[in-house]
Formats: sequence, C-alpha cells, structure tokens
Amino acid sequence: MKILVPVKRVVDYNVTVRVKADGSGVETANVKMSMNPFDEIANEEAIRLKEKGAASEVVAVTIGEAKAQETLRTAMAMGADRALHVETQARTDTELQPLAVAKLLQALVEREQPDLVIMGKQAIDDDSNQTGQMLAALLGWPQATFASKIELVEGGLEVTREVDAGLEKLWVKLPAIVTVDLRLNEPRYASLPNIMKAKKKPIDKLTPEELGVDTAPRLTYVKVEEPPKRQAGVKVADVPALLDKLKSEAGVI
Amino acid sequence: MAEILVVAEHDNAKLDKATLHGVTAAAALGTVTLLVAGEGAAAVAEAAAKVAGVAKVVHVDDAAYAEPVAENLASLVVAMADGYDGFVVGASTFGKNLMPRVAALLDLAQISDIVEVVGPKSFKRYIYAGNALATVETRDAKLALTVRTTAFPAAATEGGSASVETVQAVAPSDLVKFLGREVSASERPELTSARVVVSGGRGMGSGENFVIVEALADQLGAAVGASRAAVDAGYVPNDYQVGQTGKIVAPELYVAVGISGAIQHLAGMKDSKVIVAINKDEEAPIFQVADYGLVGDLFTIVPQLTEALKASKAAS
Repeated sequence: MKILVPVKRVVDYNVTVRVKADGSGVETANVKMSMNPFDEIANEEAIRLKEKGAASEVVAVTIGEAKAQETLRTAMAMGADRALHVETQARTDTELQPLAVAKLLQALVEREQPDLVIMGKQAIDDDSNQTGQMLAALLGWPQATFASKIELVEGGLEVTREVDAGLEKLWVKLPAIVTVDLRLNEPRYASLPNIMKAKKKPIDKLTPEELGVDTAPRLTYVKVEEPPKRQAGVKVADVPALLDKLKSEAGVI
Repeated sequence: MAEILVVAEHDNAKLDKATLHGVTAAAALGTVTLLVAGEGAAAVAEAAAKVAGVAKVVHVDDAAYAEPVAENLASLVVAMADGYDGFVVGASTFGKNLMPRVAALLDLAQISDIVEVVGPKSFKRYIYAGNALATVETRDAKLALTVRTTAFPAAATEGGSASVETVQAVAPSDLVKFLGREVSASERPELTSARVVVSGGRGMGSGENFVIVEALADQLGAAVGASRAAVDAGYVPNDYQVGQTGKIVAPELYVAVGISGAIQHLAGMKDSKVIVAINKDEEAPIFQVADYGLVGDLFTIVPQLTEALKASKAAS
C-alpha cells in the first residue's frame, strides 16, 4: 500500500500572529514556521503503517514557496520515503485556497496512484477544514474525517471519528481519504541521524502549470483586521468576593 | 431573491440546534429551504416546517440517510443544486464533514465558519485561531458556507408554516458504511448551547479530579468543557474540548478552572459574555481575557465556590 501525505508549512502554533497595519493579511516575514500540527499527526500515522508492514511507501507532498522544502525535509526526517514539491509564490494562508489545493492534490494522486491519502483535518493558519473532503469529492473516493483511530481491515479501513456528540465509526473502501484529529497519535521527534539521512532523500519539483491546474483564487480577502480585544478584568481576593461580583456586577448568577 | 438550501442536522427524531443558527444566517441571504434527509424522520420534517424563516422543507426518506454519511448527503444536495444559489450548514462536525464535499462537486469555493454576513457574497470569518478577522468575498456564482453557531441567534422553533415537499433519494455509495457511534451520555446541558460552561484544564491533574468541576457545574446548571491539554491527557472525552479545533462556545458565563489559556483555547471561548478564571499561576494568559480572576489552589477554591452557591440557594 502506498500512502500520500500532504503537509503544509504554517506559522508555528506558538507564535502570536500580528495583523499587518495595511489590512492585507498576517505578518509572515521573519516568523517561525513549522509543519501544520495536524499534518505531523498524519505523517506519523503513515509512517507507523509502514513500520507495521501495512504500507510499502510514504510520499510527502507540499505546495508552497521554495522554503516549503524544509517542511518536506522534516516529513522525511520523521520517516517519509520521498517527497513532491509543487512550487508556487502564492501566499498559502490566503491566496492559494483549499479548492485549488484539492485540485493540485487530485492531479498528484492521478500520477502517484496511492491507495490512501492521510492528511490533517485543518491547517492552523486559514482554519478552513476543507481540503481533504474536497479531494475525496474530486476523486470520487470515500472520506473519513477527524480520525482518532485507523484500523486496516479486509478491503478497507475502519476509522473512529471525533464528532460533536462523541465518537463515530465508519468503514471506507480503499482507496480513501482520511483526515486526522489530535488524538490519533503523538508524532515522533526526528533523530539527528534521520535528519541527516533525510537530506539525501529525493524531492521532485513540479509546478501548478505542469499539473494543468488553475490555482487562481476564487475568494478575495478584502480585509484582514485585528479582532476586537477583550480587556483584562480584575482579580478578586476570595470566593465571597467573586460571588458578589458575579451577582451584583455581572448579573450572571 | 436568492434561494438558499440549508442542510438540516438531526438524529431522525429531533432537529439539531446548529441548524437553527444556520437558518438565521441563510435568511439574511435569501429564501430558505431546509433539506431534511433521514430515515423515519417525519417528525423532524414537521418540526422543520415550523421553524421561523423557513419557506420550504424538502423531505427525503430513505435508508441511505439513516446516518449522516457525507458521501450520500453530498450526492443528494448536488442532485438538487440547480434550483439554489447557496448552500449553508452549521459549522458542527456534521457540517464541516459535509459542505466541502458538496462545494468541490459543484466547483465552488467554500467559506468556512462565517461569523457575519457582510453582503450577498461577502462574509467575515476568523483565521489564525481567532487572532485575525478576515472579510472574504467569493467570485463564484453560488455560495457554499458553514456558519459559526455562536455568531447567529437560533431561529425560533415556532411561527413558521413552510410547505413540505418530498423528493427521491439518490443511490447511496457502496464505498462507505456507517458502523456505529459512542455518545457520551450526560444529563447536563449541551456544551455549545449552554448558558453556563465550566471547563477544566491540565491543572485538574486527573480525570477523577474532574468531579469537583462537575459538582460546580451542577450548582450552576452548567455544561462541562475542557482544554485540549485535559482531553489529550485522557481526563475527559474528546467531545468536551473547547478551542480552535474543538467546540466554539459563547455562554453567558464561562468558568475556566486550571486552564492556562493557550491561544488555541481562547479561540473557542473568548466571545463568552463573562469569563472567570481560577488558576494558581497569576501570570497565566487566561487572566488577560478573564473579567474576574481568582489566583489560588483550584482544589480549595472550586469546592468553596460550589458550597457557597449551595448555601446561597438554600438561603434564598
């Protein structure tokens, strides 16, 4: 079984982002970037399937500027075998949008013929939560989103999904798309020898034009602004003081 | 007037509240049709017809829709798509799973988790865990939207008198089978619509210790939530998680117990009307958004608060 793992380079989750004064977007220059945390979990799951002997090859793919290669090196240092890089200058938080990403991935799936695509349920920059479902739709494949457990069964997968009411279990026939949630696994740290080894693993470069995909944005980001800030309130001394505030000042109890 | 199709979320017995918030957002865009696809869900279709602001209900009764399988629902919506200018669903896990599949099949860009309708093609939504608010406009001919339920009031469940039309099911997919669900049983109010929420974080130290959060929640008639750290540590199930990638809540009162206040958690609760934080670390970022902060040991403070509420109830 061959597994494709799309990974995205995003502003690191520990960075407090700054909105640009001109309202055009979020400042990404000189900001720490890293692999989208959900994609790390997806990559980890693919590598574990390979280590168990269930998968033969794990191919990482990213779409983005030249520096996005760093994210592919991370994926390969974790254990992916090789990588594909679709290079674009478009900003991947606002200009390159989920439908275009899904179309690029569709073209790559048609080239690579994987049996399974495992990807993050959401990127923590645009918070769209769309690409996996869109890719499944374009390919006519089944989708198992928000996965917290993946089991290989005859002809398919049994996937436990995190939903608002608790958990759901689906069977999907392969080939399929799985998008992962936080509790699926805990991604490993790449060891130094593996980081060194990953430098020698191959990255194939492609362009949207070569894949025949129009990536022009359908959505215009008219304005990006600082959200209304909540003011810090007061510290109260003890429980009676808190109750008094909640009753007489806030009126919520 | 634009024709908007809202896909109802339900369990074949009851309309989910997320749908009522979706109807409100859709009504700002045009005439609302509510699609109730289920099996033996006639009661849901009847209830849907009474929702204020709904002009028409389309009811499809078929085993293919007994469970919310995105593949089957997406095929149905696509088969009906010609008559509509927009497709709307609540941004619950049901809606997040379904709408992108519909959008891609119709070659539409989706706008996720909208918090405001600015114009017929223009919407506000948060990006970067709520740290930036974007105004986004689509160039597509039709809309595909998910709606943040806390940002729009629920449509009234009485007052409407929509017509009910039935349509044929579309052949179901044989690539997917629903196997079952595990629902966390609780007598407490539902997290996303509760008037009061009490959440515990890593500071709780264990799942057993959540009893003190639950005792406080019982006194306040509150739902119980948690930070990602508490869910990851296995203290409570996943459906308790409040935050960027969990549930978004905006209750009248949010009590954060032993929660440090990572931006990912704040993204899920900072629109609460009143926030109370109880934490032993006075530098914890949660205090920067809290209206009332109490620094100290939660294992002392929370039981005290529970007892004081009990006493004040007994006295009144």
